[in-house]
Amino acid sequence: MNAYVGTSTSRVDGRAKVTGAAKYAGEFAADRLLHGFVVEATIPRGRIARLDTSQALKVKGVLDVLTHAHRPPLAGKDEAWKDEVAPEEGSPFRPLYDDGVKFNGQPIALVVAEDWETAKFAATLVRVGYQEEQAFATDLEAERGKAAEVKQPHKPRGDAAGALAASAVRHEADYFIPTEHHNPMELYATTVVWDGNGRLTVYDKTQGVQNVHRYLCNVFGKKPDDIRVLSPYVGGAFGSGLRPQYQVVLATLGALALKRSVRVVLTRQQMYGLGHRPATIEHLGLGAKPDGTLDAVTHEATAITSCYEDFARNDTGWAEQLYKSPNSRYSHKLVRLDVSTPSDMRAPGAASGVCALECAMDELAVALKLDPIELRLKCYSDSDQSEDLPYTSKQLRACYARGAEAFGWNRRNPTPRAMRDGKELVGWSMATGVWEALQMPVAVRIVLSANGHAEVSCAASDIGTGTYTIVAQVAADALGLPIENIDVRLADSTLPQAPVEGGSWMAASSAHAVLEAAEDIRRELALLASTMPSSPLAGVDAADVVLVDGTIAKDGEKSRAVSITDAMRHGKLERLEKQKLNHFAEDKSHARNTHSAVFAEVRVDEQLGVIRVTRIVSAVAAGRILNTKTGRSQIMGGVVWGIGMALHEETAMDHRFGRIMNANIAEYHIPANADIHDIDVIFVDERDHHINRLGVKGLGEIGIVGVPAAIANAVYHATGKRIRRFPITLDKLLA
Amino acid sequence: MINFQYSRASDVADAILLLTAHPGAKLIAGGTNLIDLMKENVEVPSRLIDVSRLPLRKIEETPDGGLRIGALVPNSDLAYHPLIEQRYPLLASAILAGASAQLRNMASVGGNLMQRTRCAYFYDTATPCNKRAPGSGCSAIDGLNRNHAILGTSVSCIATNPSDMSVALAALGALVHIAGPSGERTMALTDFHRLPGDTPHVDTNLEVGEIITAIELPPRGFGRNYSYLKIRDRLSYAFALVSVAAALELDGNAIREARVALGGVAHKPWRSLEAETALRGHAATLEHFSRAADLLLQGARAHAHNGFKIELARRAIVRTLTQAASATPQSQAHKKIA
Repeated sequence: MNAYVGTSTSRVDGRAKVTGAAKYAGEFAADRLLHGFVVEATIPRGRIARLDTSQALKVKGVLDVLTHAHRPPLAGKDEAWKDEVAPEEGSPFRPLYDDGVKFNGQPIALVVAEDWETAKFAATLVRVGYQEEQAFATDLEAERGKAAEVKQPHKPRGDAAGALAASAVRHEADYFIPTEHHNPMELYATTVVWDGNGRLTVYDKTQGVQNVHRYLCNVFGKKPDDIRVLSPYVGGAFGSGLRPQYQVVLATLGALALKRSVRVVLTRQQMYGLGHRPATIEHLGLGAKPDGTLDAVTHEATAITSCYEDFARNDTGWAEQLYKSPNSRYSHKLVRLDVSTPSDMRAPGAASGVCALECAMDELAVALKLDPIELRLKCYSDSDQSEDLPYTSKQLRACYARGAEAFGWNRRNPTPRAMRDGKELVGWSMATGVWEALQMPVAVRIVLSANGHAEVSCAASDIGTGTYTIVAQVAADALGLPIENIDVRLADSTLPQAPVEGGSWMAASSAHAVLEAAEDIRRELALLASTMPSSPLAGVDAADVVLVDGTIAKDGEKSRAVSITDAMRHGKLERLEKQKLNHFAEDKSHARNTHSAVFAEVRVDEQLGVIRVTRIVSAVAAGRILNTKTGRSQIMGGVVWGIGMALHEETAMDHRFGRIMNANIAEYHIPANADIHDIDVIFVDERDHHINRLGVKGLGEIGIVGVPAAIANAVYHATGKRIRRFPITLDKLLA
Repeated sequence: MINFQYSRASDVADAILLLTAHPGAKLIAGGTNLIDLMKENVEVPSRLIDVSRLPLRKIEETPDGGLRIGALVPNSDLAYHPLIEQRYPLLASAILAGASAQLRNMASVGGNLMQRTRCAYFYDTATPCNKRAPGSGCSAIDGLNRNHAILGTSVSCIATNPSDMSVALAALGALVHIAGPSGERTMALTDFHRLPGDTPHVDTNLEVGEIITAIELPPRGFGRNYSYLKIRDRLSYAFALVSVAAALELDGNAIREARVALGGVAHKPWRSLEAETALRGHAATLEHFSRAADLLLQGARAHAHNGFKIELARRAIVRTLTQAASATPQSQAHKKIA
């Protein structure tokens, strides 16, 4: 039955991607296609007093310059602009809506021309005068005092402050995580194809075509049939494409204004006006008894948001899942700044909050003179304390054990600066990772043809994670067909419903929808087969019939089988179509999480402070792994990003101008190949009989969580220096 | 990008004529820096004079035993040229420490000397910058200046020169061959780049209408005791926080000749004759290396975020001289620092 699920199956779309056959949003051609180039605001706050487009309009090849004062109508109510993942509080950004400037880099005009270079050139001729508002603020640390608490999912337990103050061993510290910007390889891009009569086909770089579809219909007052949104391939998204980005609005405005097809591709620099992981100050307080059991956990995060939306994620609260403590208090505060609204970025909340928590746990282990793993095992929580719920499964102990074994943890000298190799100090440390195992309603349609081929379709996106492949694997197994016979169609708003691809929920969600639709196919085929003349399946209960090797067979008795082709011909069916919306049974009696133990080896040149991350072992417990190959890639990608978060990534803002000064990937550092050495991914066996039929949890986020802390802790172990301000650059070690 | 005219120079004389006739023109060879700057509207040349096809791609031995390198030799070709690898490995190493393979394939030797600072304010036309817009002010002095200069700065500019190659050329005592409206001349590489002073918009001492035709390396190649060490924020593809080119000639443990040049710390490759004199005739010991480092960094001045560079440079100088003295040069492929 499981020829594919759980195996190392190569990506079904791999060939299309490496040969260039896979088309991305900015690559779709259209007749008489126009190109838009964005003019951005160069101040962080104020009003546009003057916007002179006359010189730009004189350029040969320029058709129009759209501005807030000159554009097709846009919806006037916030509800229209709220997409399915918009923050609850606030008023979503509306591009070219009015004369207000809310952040540096905000789009204030779109030059539309016959070609991109002409549009870009003409954009330099748009003259802008501002009525600047002197008081603006972009610095979290300077504005920390203005932070306001937002609603919390975790209620306080006991008296955390009192217990912390009374603890025998106490650790309290601030950890600073800077703003980090999304830099997926594919630029934000939209091609809007004008189909005539106001009908549009929109190719957009997005993680949710139906989210963008609803948004565009609302924003432009269109009927659902007027707009179709597609995003067949996405060159990395990681949260950046969860919400509709402004270029999709601008390209649509352009198409409606000029009644022609329009493409808008942002430059790398312009992407820094969009999604970012918010800067946070994470204040951790841990109180323990000398034996290493916890008395109190407090975690207060202070994060930035924009002045127009309250973006908040769960930075805090993860200790409820990980570490037993009778007292806890969690708080999330926001500081509203003159920046664009933050966005989800791989493991939003957890990547930052767990980083701080796990650094703090390491500091507590040092204070207690305990091995870091031993401390974590001493306060290991078998329940989610906030709701007092057991887990559907939690093999974190096995992650510690398997990871430690693979890493060679027993050869670690616990004393900082004790492990040397020539001029380098060697540091070994670890951290825990945790993420949620979410699942959402998804619908899938299967069309089985009499020739034994099946088309499986769903509106879900594959953002590079491997959704095409796992959908094909699950369908091939469920239908008993070779994977080559499965054709997967995704990311078209007209296909069966799916939420945005994010939160690590799509693997479980799409897989079970496939199973449900395949189940209807199986039942119908069983009926067909059993009613054939002298059927070998006559009298066999439909429940005992399986699809295997292209046949409809009695379970456990392969010889009693009818080929799918024969059965369908008998029923005079050329195609058999089933669509099913899968809802997961509500289970309020369990907590659902994925876990990891991350081990890091760093080597630090003692004199020069140059850091090399020479080894990472990541032991992950995430239920059943549908595809060990794409799964391993997911975790490796998370580890690489975690290395960047620890050592490299930082959006450098000049707060005098409220401008980002490293808005390019030469100066905004992410790891280069030279920064990446051995990465060992271990999937710990975790059989989960509660979470869902396949026991799948999802892998998108867990790979990054814990990695920055493991590296920071290893840097401490190597050097004896505790750097609480990320990224850990060599100047901080030399200070 | 702003529209511009394009001319292809037929020979060096034609390039000079075109340059003289069009004051707003720029030469283009590999374009690895100029095109970027044009995309950002930082450079807005009225005309590009394409010199990429001029016959300046030879590497020839000079009568005195040195090498003459045509201005259009690609950085990669230079780094992997057998005569460079054998006789001037310091230069090969410095080139390979810079940029990426793709950029080195495109970039010319002359263009490398002409690359402009990576100061973020220079790149952002929405902020003041004396180098880009003379008289508008320096945003870096009181702004984000972690990457900026500690030596030779002025109240107008604290930008650094980003080249790795130039640092090695400075240490090797290279000459720059220049052709211009009034004929040909040569200039020491160390005189080619300027300190910012009150005219930071002028990077070099090239006169109007002049073009680089070749780089000349003197016979002395320091083929045995050399090292180029580049310290940066990631292990590849980042500009230097501090880089050091060190070259020694030793008699046993005694230093017969010494050269040290620094990158990432000033508006030009930084050498100190005093420091080199202090090494000459002395034993190759940590004590003398430290003394040389102190002399090189004499007058170093920190701004808000770059103070670490002074101590980092001191340590890097000592380490690089140690690598050079022990004939264990820093590998550019293996990132562990020797």
